[in-house]
Amino acid sequence: MSLVEATPAGIATTIRKTALNAVHRQMGAKMVDFNGWDMPVEYPAAIGCGVINEHMAVRTGVGIFDVSHMGDIRLAGPQALAAVQHISMNDASRLAVGQAQYSALLYPEGTFVDDVIVHRLADEDYLLVINAGTREKDFSWVRDNTRKFNCAVENLSDDFTQIAIQGPKAVNLLQKLTDADLSAVKFYWVTRGRVCGLNNILIGRTGYTAEDGFEIYIPSDEETSARVWNEILTAGKEFCVVPCGLGARNTLRLEGGLSLYGHEISDTINVWEAGLDRFCKMEKPDFIGRSTLEKAKAAGVTRSLVGLEMTERGIARDGHKVFDGSREIGYVTSGSPAPFLKKNIALAYVPKEFATVGTPVKVEVRGQHLGAVVVPTPFYKRPKKIA
Amino acid sequence: MAYPTDRKYTKEHEWIQSSGTSATVGITNYAQESLGDIVFVEVPKVGAELTSGKTFGTVESVKAVSDLFSPVSGTVTEVNADLATSPEKVNKDPHGSWMIKLTLKNPAELDGLLSAADYEKFVAEEAGK
Repeated sequence: MSLVEATPAGIATTIRKTALNAVHRQMGAKMVDFNGWDMPVEYPAAIGCGVINEHMAVRTGVGIFDVSHMGDIRLAGPQALAAVQHISMNDASRLAVGQAQYSALLYPEGTFVDDVIVHRLADEDYLLVINAGTREKDFSWVRDNTRKFNCAVENLSDDFTQIAIQGPKAVNLLQKLTDADLSAVKFYWVTRGRVCGLNNILIGRTGYTAEDGFEIYIPSDEETSARVWNEILTAGKEFCVVPCGLGARNTLRLEGGLSLYGHEISDTINVWEAGLDRFCKMEKPDFIGRSTLEKAKAAGVTRSLVGLEMTERGIARDGHKVFDGSREIGYVTSGSPAPFLKKNIALAYVPKEFATVGTPVKVEVRGQHLGAVVVPTPFYKRPKKIA
Repeated sequence: MAYPTDRKYTKEHEWIQSSGTSATVGITNYAQESLGDIVFVEVPKVGAELTSGKTFGTVESVKAVSDLFSPVSGTVTEVNADLATSPEKVNKDPHGSWMIKLTLKNPAELDGLLSAADYEKFVAEEAGK
């Protein structure tokens, strides 16, 4: 047997660690190099973990993730809004103080620098949460493209330990540890409060699991980080909380049809192809990438991101080719077994004429052409809460 | 977990238990732990000819895909059909969940494989890397 990672790891010369690295190792987590970060992929079966258990905990209870490898860029000052509007595709002028939105930074070509969550923390104060693998690139890009605006751009990426608490029980768990009234925080809104004895902690009702949940931003020293992590696990015992690694993070986001930079979105894929139209506000004032996107729309989109479900026994993986008969028509951007749906699913780029739900295609898995069918995305939608 | 001494092991983390000219093959506890939750086991059909050191199948976890290498040369006589529907059994009982049975072409090939003690030493080194 030879182990081959289904998802290629990033290339980096020095490996970076979050403040919780020692805690993960002590818990016996299996560690991997993720975009240059030494991160837990899953925790041991001996403590009730493993990708499937971790995934199921988030769908049915609660799980926690160390997502400190994510980066943070703050834009503050009189022209912070104008700067954010210029560099991102969603309409940040619609954000009330305390509100957040999914957005993306685009190149002039209409392709992706990165996808981001824009938080409006105060009147003239915005926080962009960015991907780990694109931290340096994003910061330089944001700084270079906002020079003409009267606002300060700060890289806060190393200032926070970011912990995601995700799942239908996340609200019950976090409420035990904070004085902030979480029931008053709607999805994609933020608040501040005391968390585990720490004052004025930023709490966002956000996540990357297609589930309800929160992300907290605490000081990044090892002692505080470990204390809060352990207090959350202890307080969560009654909800059967489990620590979750990047394995479950990936399967959860894939079931939710959420894009991952370097897979569904990249510097060679534009907004229309990625199907992120609803987050791209063409009617707002000009932003980088807009004019190219306008032309691209007029010219017509030739390929689309679709959901696939395998109809024959086999697992589509990242990079596998998609066929119509003997003709190669596209490729899989992310593919995996879906632990909650108990199906083998994938996201793939195919020509527009193959993007209709119900279209049969083939996926090449180790030389064999296996049947798959185009299905609606997201594959998983969380049940509506009955208040 | 102790590695049973009634069988031989490969550096690719397969085990093989032989009796006369027939043998049973599976993957080790170290292999299942490295892979994580196993969701797919693909083995050849009965009658397939296997060559020592060459791939004969695939095992997949949620995260990883891995080739299976034949510890010896021989002909497949039986496959564990149970693993097609319950691949997770390999995680629960790796040394009891066999994948294929075969007739040995050259039983002397077994002499070149690792004993339980040697394999245990080998995986301890692997884990320490």
